[in-house]
Amino acid sequence: MLRAFVPLGIFALIGGVLWSGIGKDPSLLPSPLINQPAPEFSATTLEDPERVISKTSLLGTAYLLNVFGSWCITCRYEHPVLMDYARKGEFKIVGLNWNDTREDAKRWLAQFGNPYEQIIFDADGRLGIDFGVTGAPESFVISADGRVLYKYVGALSPEEIEKRVKPLLAGGAQ
Amino acid sequence: MMPEVAQIALILALILAVVQATVPILGAHLRDSAMMSLARPAAYGQFFFLAIAYAILTHGFLIQDFSIAYVAQNSNLALPWHYRFSAVWGAHEGSLLLWVLILSGWTVALAALSRSLPENFMARALGVLGIVSIGFLLFTLLTSNPFERHVPPLSDGNDLNPLLQDFGLIVHPPMLYMGYVGFAVAFAFAVAALIEGRVDRQWVRWSRPWTNVAWAFLTIGIALGSWWAYYELGWGGWWFWDPVENASFLPWLVGAALIHSQAVTEKRGTFAAWTLLLAICAFSLSLLGTFLVRSGVLTSVHAFASDPTRGIFILVFLVIVTGGALTLYAIRAPRLASAPPVALYSRESLLLLNNILLMTAAAMVLLGTLYPLVAEALGWGKISVGPPYFGLMFFVLMAPLVWLIPFGPLTRWKGDSVGRVWLGLRTALALAAVVAAISWVTHQDLPLKAIGGIAAGAWVIFGTLSFLLQRIRKAAPGRRLTAEMIGMSLAHLGVGIFVLGVVVTESLNIERDVRMQPGDVVEVAGYQVALIAVEHREGPNFVADEGIFEIRDDGVLKSIQHPQKRRYLRGQVMTEAALDAGFFSDFYIAMGEPIGTEGAWAVRLYYKPMIRWVWLGALMMMFGGFISAAERRLRQTVKTRDESEQPVETNLADLPERA
Amino acid sequence: MRWLNTWLLSIALTVSFFSVPAIAIDPMPFTDRAEEVRFKDLLYELRCLQCQNQSLADSDADVARQLREEVFRLMREGHSNDEIKDFLIARYGEFVLYRPRVESSTWLLWFGPFVILAGSAMALVMALRKRKRNEMRPANLPPDEEDW
Repeated sequence: MLRAFVPLGIFALIGGVLWSGIGKDPSLLPSPLINQPAPEFSATTLEDPERVISKTSLLGTAYLLNVFGSWCITCRYEHPVLMDYARKGEFKIVGLNWNDTREDAKRWLAQFGNPYEQIIFDADGRLGIDFGVTGAPESFVISADGRVLYKYVGALSPEEIEKRVKPLLAGGAQ
Repeated sequence: MMPEVAQIALILALILAVVQATVPILGAHLRDSAMMSLARPAAYGQFFFLAIAYAILTHGFLIQDFSIAYVAQNSNLALPWHYRFSAVWGAHEGSLLLWVLILSGWTVALAALSRSLPENFMARALGVLGIVSIGFLLFTLLTSNPFERHVPPLSDGNDLNPLLQDFGLIVHPPMLYMGYVGFAVAFAFAVAALIEGRVDRQWVRWSRPWTNVAWAFLTIGIALGSWWAYYELGWGGWWFWDPVENASFLPWLVGAALIHSQAVTEKRGTFAAWTLLLAICAFSLSLLGTFLVRSGVLTSVHAFASDPTRGIFILVFLVIVTGGALTLYAIRAPRLASAPPVALYSRESLLLLNNILLMTAAAMVLLGTLYPLVAEALGWGKISVGPPYFGLMFFVLMAPLVWLIPFGPLTRWKGDSVGRVWLGLRTALALAAVVAAISWVTHQDLPLKAIGGIAAGAWVIFGTLSFLLQRIRKAAPGRRLTAEMIGMSLAHLGVGIFVLGVVVTESLNIERDVRMQPGDVVEVAGYQVALIAVEHREGPNFVADEGIFEIRDDGVLKSIQHPQKRRYLRGQVMTEAALDAGFFSDFYIAMGEPIGTEGAWAVRLYYKPMIRWVWLGALMMMFGGFISAAERRLRQTVKTRDESEQPVETNLADLPERA
Repeated sequence: MRWLNTWLLSIALTVSFFSVPAIAIDPMPFTDRAEEVRFKDLLYELRCLQCQNQSLADSDADVARQLREEVFRLMREGHSNDEIKDFLIARYGEFVLYRPRVESSTWLLWFGPFVILAGSAMALVMALRKRKRNEMRPANLPPDEEDW
């Protein structure tokens, strides 16, 4: 009687679902902003509280937006990689200083180096929320026309930059 | 040297498990008594070696042998001796060894106590248990060996996770495992029956106490976890519908259905196929729970290990064991199916409905837990399924079940009239309505849903008491109340108490984060909580700010609480909350951070009415399970009135083929 | 004797105290109790994005604190609960909701259990209506088991 095979069939489905989950990282969160325009923002720079930096002012060149903070331990591991690429001048890196104070951030950059062409100062963290940031370090590839092409959670490695970041930056350069 | 001896012991246990799994089943097929008789000794031998291995691991913790990697990861020099015992099951490898040991223990108990069952049946059942053992032993030896050495030996260990250094967490895992593993007995009986091709009322009768005991252990295991989370984690919650919690709840729900189905098959000889299927499901869900906790497939605060290799192993094992059992079921069960000639309203139909509701609830919990995986696999993106879903759906599905409970014990088999049963329950409903009315009058802020819930809980309690009263009055003396009836009634009363606790605590609990400085008084649930002072304290390895709070009820002092905010020498900051626990309500106070410069503090106040009834209900269910397992009738041989009547077992050969 | 005192003290402490690594106690300036309740209820529906399965109400993670403040601000600005949820979904995806929205990708989740229930109940009723003659006679049961 075929009906008796139903439990086995259901079990096969469940097994398939479980199998599909193995090896995947359940906490990996894809960004809903991919291929969408980046959020509008207008903030001050870290170095100069008078100078304004906005999404419009950054249009025209594709860049890597890197979220960091002086409180972020993992950022220290990522920083040498960014410093290296900044020295090589291969692409533009813009920093987003998230949930920090000017003094702490400047001190941190003085200690660990400053790879950023420009740094957005986001003291109350609202810009980070607009970007869907959940912690630091996180990085975004923004195209020349202001779209979010890519999001990476965690410390960027040279492999990741070579394989994903640089090609996207090249592709989003117009 | 000892850890190596332990590893050899594990290998020997595995060899014996292989013997236990293969020879007796083959022997049953060939009707070879010598082969079948190997089952018991193999089981005893396996237990012997597993006990040695487990003892050596425990010994390693006691003498703090940090050359064993597992000991080093889960203990350190400062760990008090009583936690060293429980640190054995504090992480993946050790807890797995405990699992295997408990499985072997149940097998030995079954082997020793089942002498009156037919030899070939027991040979097959013990063989099935052997197969399960092989899987777990292989898993341990190949992927999760607790005896791996750390070379060079460390001088001190990591430490046992501080959250685990606690009484609740000591007892919770062993109780859970006793439950999970206990369902293997019903599973083994079911598979043995399917292999044999018949459902014998004798073993169905015998499987009942085993299943009831397993379910009782699982009940208390889950309740302990809930109680621990409540007082240890400090968020006032007692159930989070976290994937690992759901993993333990699934076998509980199916186990409850199984208990009821076994009762019907044992007494009436019907629903045999259902009983077999439920037995397979219950244990399979135990195995699924093992998979979810140790594979890293779902995010959970409880997850033991997140290792894809381990995940693959368990999944393959699950496919073999459950897939095999369900295939056997698909082939053999149709011949056992008998359409019961019962009325639309009868105890059988009520119990069937009971099982449908429990199984649907289990399906819902499984669906919700696995849905994020389904969505991702089908490209629907990443979604979360959390307490808002589970809480709502569970309530909707279980509400009808709760209302049905009092009808079951009073309804006759085969067919009955609703009117007759209703006559016996009228008073109970009236009393329940009175209780609900009183609650509504005294607590105007109760939502309608809560009033309904209180009525339901009271209805279950009064309905069950009605059954007991009627039984005492009408049944013949000497046969009034069996252990089975008492156990059942106690468990049902526990459900009523549980429902009352949940409904009241969820609708009337108050949680407030407030800013308080000495002299401030905050009103919570009719109590006045006053911060008297914040004083400095020094402990052996910490300094603390201690808040002194007075809880008053209209001026009358209820209690003085001393929550602390501690700063340990190592730098950690911990909140020591203060709990004023009571039978009718809990009050707790936790200190957050200081605010500003005038001595103000962030304080969290919780008022939780009737929260303890939640665990009291679970405790009663547990006792109900144990008491009904003690029923003497279940240990007796099944008698038929007239030997010339047709046999009570359903035999493959006798029944006509069903389409 | 000091070890005894410490031991007794630690027993006493485990009984009446419990230590929590860090709970996020954030008193917010609520105007009234209703606002406080609405806030808390909304937080229980939202997921902390950095944690291992905790709600925004329970979590002590930095991003959770940040998002709580954001939710509070949006509430004060007059947005409805749905608008606040939309705000968060636009930034973090559907993942942030603990109560999945009812859309075609979640029909199975929300309606599946009821389909199962309705289907099984109907099957039960139909099976009970078909009375078979060829049944197991319960007459061979001893009398005291007849009604129980």
